[in-house]
Amino acid sequence: MSLFDPGLNPSAYYPGTLPPEWPGGYWIHWGVFVVIILAFVLLMAMGFIWLERREVGRFQARLGPNRVGPFGVLQPVADAIKVLTKEDIIPAKGDKLVYWLAPVVAFVPALMVFAVVPFQDGALLADLNIGILYVVAISSVSVVGVFMAGWSSNNKYSLLGAMRAVSQVVSYEIPLGLSILGVVVLTGSLSLNSIVEAQHIPFILLQPLGFLIYLAAAAAEINRTPFDLLEADSEIVAGFHTEYSGMKFALFYLVEYCEVLAVSVIVTTLFLAGWKGPLLPPLLWFLIKVFGVFAVIVWVRATVPRLRVDQVMAFAWKCLLPLALINLLITGIQVLVWPEILPWAAVFLNLAIMVVLILLWSKFFKLGGGRVEV
Amino acid sequence: MVIKTEPFVVNIGPAHPSTHGVFRMRATLDGEVILDIEPVFGYLHRGIEKLAEERTYTQIIPLTDRLDYLASMSNNLAYVLAVEKLAGIAAPERAEYLRVIMAELQRIASHLIGVGAFLNDCGAFMTPILYMIREREKILDLFEMVSGQRLTYNYMRIGGVSHDIPEEFLPALDKFIKGMPGFIDEYDQLLQENEILLARSKGVGILSGEQAINISASGPVLRASGIKWDIRKVDPYSIYDRFEFEMPTGSAGDCYDRYRVRVEEMRQSVRILKQAVEKLPPGEVRSEVSHLVRPPAGEAYGHIESPRGELGFYLVSDNSIAPYRFHVRAPSLLNLTALREMVVGWKVADVLAIFGSIDICMGEVDR
Repeated sequence: MSLFDPGLNPSAYYPGTLPPEWPGGYWIHWGVFVVIILAFVLLMAMGFIWLERREVGRFQARLGPNRVGPFGVLQPVADAIKVLTKEDIIPAKGDKLVYWLAPVVAFVPALMVFAVVPFQDGALLADLNIGILYVVAISSVSVVGVFMAGWSSNNKYSLLGAMRAVSQVVSYEIPLGLSILGVVVLTGSLSLNSIVEAQHIPFILLQPLGFLIYLAAAAAEINRTPFDLLEADSEIVAGFHTEYSGMKFALFYLVEYCEVLAVSVIVTTLFLAGWKGPLLPPLLWFLIKVFGVFAVIVWVRATVPRLRVDQVMAFAWKCLLPLALINLLITGIQVLVWPEILPWAAVFLNLAIMVVLILLWSKFFKLGGGRVEV
Repeated sequence: MVIKTEPFVVNIGPAHPSTHGVFRMRATLDGEVILDIEPVFGYLHRGIEKLAEERTYTQIIPLTDRLDYLASMSNNLAYVLAVEKLAGIAAPERAEYLRVIMAELQRIASHLIGVGAFLNDCGAFMTPILYMIREREKILDLFEMVSGQRLTYNYMRIGGVSHDIPEEFLPALDKFIKGMPGFIDEYDQLLQENEILLARSKGVGILSGEQAINISASGPVLRASGIKWDIRKVDPYSIYDRFEFEMPTGSAGDCYDRYRVRVEEMRQSVRILKQAVEKLPPGEVRSEVSHLVRPPAGEAYGHIESPRGELGFYLVSDNSIAPYRFHVRAPSLLNLTALREMVVGWKVADVLAIFGSIDICMGEVDR
């Protein structure tokens, strides 16, 4: 079977999933979108790096980088040049093949997530009918790269970071998936494009609890404060990438921003009605929302301290998991028993339920614990 | 199936982002749990005690700056008080007030860094410490006005202080005193009830009052354990008996209490500053003392409440121009000996939070 066999064309299996006006069919579409996604991810990652440094600077009563280019917008370019010209060091007693492979294994899944993201109506590489399942499955592969990096570095800090990475990411997969299920139940489809189309009012209003759970779990998945235990610089130096330098380090740096971009994009798509919005063109709405979500993530990073490893695990299993299950149950009841409920009535009902549940949990759930008798 | 595990040893330091200088902890870990910890000092040893025995009494003052470089003014004060005690010299009234003003400003500056660094060790991404540094900057500007220096001031002299304050000093100090309480409130609003900070510091690294006394701890570490002991109150030096202020104490002796005690002490220092500025008398700032002080043979121990605890200078004179013996009672070193008791059984992350809450300065530990 040749690579250009029409049998590989998904539109043959899922008619109507591709814009028919594309001349040359699927492969032109594929080529164009691969280029678009690569450009989008790299440019947005640079934009995010700049935005994060400037925004954190403002939060910390300082200016942030403002020397390279207007308002310092070329700072990421300067960083990239600096990092590329650094010496590439491989630890003498490290596992060289695994050490070399780890950044690639971490980077590829982070990039692959964008294949199913709709930038505007129908504008996406592949409108998989299992879109969101694909996102959850692919994005959890990155942790394998992180673990490989920690293991192959032959560094104790790296090993500690890798240990934390595995336990943390595996735990937070569960509330993450369950919080997405609420949206899926409302939509009745796993395709990201259908999810956006189904949002006559943004799902953040219908699924406020699901939104918060997703944001917290996603922050843990992508190692953002307060769950940035993997690379906790005040504890284990730089965690899994302590030994990395040069281009390999740059790839890990890029992975971090690709992942946070992926989370911003998924939050926008699932909860903020994606490209939908009045007046402005859809693509602009999409970008505005993505940057807005990212700004909130940076805001959290600049404000709160870090949790301890046992507290992070307790938070996933004792707080997020039950809340996500309750959220799914309530959503299911609403969809099955009371499908004619007015959307705005459901909004206020769900907001009230969220407030009650969060108050209840904040009263009875304590993060304490800690000391072990030795 | 039982997996065979064994403890492994991690060197935290001497070059590590949060060891506050060159300090090494040899930690034995079981996964994330600390089984044992062995502090290793000495990376910053400069032999200051021996150097001082080769210098005249006045020449030693710049050396004391380099002990606890986050609280140089306090070191100056403790040293000159010890020499004055040894030689029977009295400082003029105005000089005493200036000394108190400088010592209290220094206490605020040092606690700002101490609290900020503690929060940094808890994982707050640089934000608290940068706000703290913003306020500390104002204090450094004040110090620059009086001494020309921003870190090692060399301001106190035997029998007074080196210069009178310039005329722009008091307005700037007034502005600082007015602004500081509001700043502390703003800061508390962000952190006092922060759920994550409470989870990370409440009940963590408990040092009981009895333990604290046994290891001879002092300063905020001792007071956080509920012991009312402040040299300014129990053995007033300089003119501290003329000011009204409280001695904030904790109850549990955990990291959170140590953090709160420091914040409250900043408020009390502002209170002392207010009174000192009101009462500041005119007059000389330095009594007639020869540069080559030649104290009578004997010994003296001068101690003050430095930001980190009881800072003492023990001097033995043989009636020459240099001390026969010069010894520093460094509060950082003695407080640091409590580290092992506090951290065993906690996690890796707690070690650095507890270490940060002791608030040490390596320049003083290693000397």
